[in-house]
Amino acid sequence: MPSTAYLIAVLAIVFTITLALRAVPFAVLRTLRDSAIVQRLSVWMPVGILAILAVTALHGTIAAEPRATLYALLAVAVTVGTHLAFGRRTILSVGIGTAVYVLLVNAF
Amino acid sequence: MARVLRDHGRVQHDVPTQLAAPAPARAPATRRQQITAGVRDSFSAGLGIFPLGIALGLLVLQAGLPWWLAPALSMSAFAGSLELLLVGMLATVTPLAAVAVTVLVVNFRHVFYAFSFPLHLVKNPLAKAYAVYAMIDEAYAVNASLPAAERSAPRLLAMQIACQTYWVGGGLVGVAIGSALPAPIKGLEFALCALFTTLTLDAFRSRREIPSVLLAGASVAFALVLTPGVAMFTALLLFVGLLLARHALAARRSAQEAADA
Repeated sequence: MPSTAYLIAVLAIVFTITLALRAVPFAVLRTLRDSAIVQRLSVWMPVGILAILAVTALHGTIAAEPRATLYALLAVAVTVGTHLAFGRRTILSVGIGTAVYVLLVNAF
Repeated sequence: MARVLRDHGRVQHDVPTQLAAPAPARAPATRRQQITAGVRDSFSAGLGIFPLGIALGLLVLQAGLPWWLAPALSMSAFAGSLELLLVGMLATVTPLAAVAVTVLVVNFRHVFYAFSFPLHLVKNPLAKAYAVYAMIDEAYAVNASLPAAERSAPRLLAMQIACQTYWVGGGLVGVAIGSALPAPIKGLEFALCALFTTLTLDAFRSRREIPSVLLAGASVAFALVLTPGVAMFTALLLFVGLLLARHALAARRSAQEAADA
């Protein structure tokens, strides 16, 4: 088992780097807020970043359980269908989509 | 006190643009409503975060690490995917330099969140620091799918605090049931995938978003084929590169239009 000193050193390193990655860009962007490029990027980025998060999360699910690839794709379709058909209630869509995947993975 | 006054001033100032309804809500009720709305925003993220927290707690025990590492990781890293990765690295006593490089690569995506995360809404310096510290994927994503007029500092912070509570709470629950549970329920991690899918749909509000989605789709497809191990890292870098090219094109086109006029 690793020593407590080692564990604390890791926690300190992780804290510092994570916080710096989140904080430094704000400090840099504050001086650039009026630039056309920053304004354009702030409009263009969110939907693309969300799409990338969605695809990589799906990829992670499939990589963890390759035999369930079809179930994962089916559950994504159910999530999208629920979301569009029942008034975009996120909890409902996420709940039903996840329930479908959990049931399929554990049943077969 | 000063902050409360300032917030109320801002809220009233924003009322004409913020409310489409004819009867504007009273300011004190609005603040509470904003906090309630923030906690409600967090529920869908919590569906993904809480089970992941439990998984983290179980993993920590299975790896033979002390139980307090689950809440400690949720405080120091507060980034789901990284924490699960770190458990394995800690158990094998990975050199500190390798840990640092991993953290840098895995969390590098947060650099891009600053472009559109509404930190300017938060005025109190302490609250501002917390909002930056707690800018996890789920917090960024839930916020990005809200229309700009519905965002506010109380709503944002309430959602972030709730998210961290789910993480730490889930980790502690995982530690507590670690020995009692025969095996964790398989497949719950799909909740994160479902969450990001619905949030993408919500952020896709008009046809103007199509170019960004296509560029992001191309980036992530390329990244999955080329570097499946660090797909998100590569995809975000490619996406930003493509957006910069798009910006150069748009700038040239508007310069041309100005010259033609």
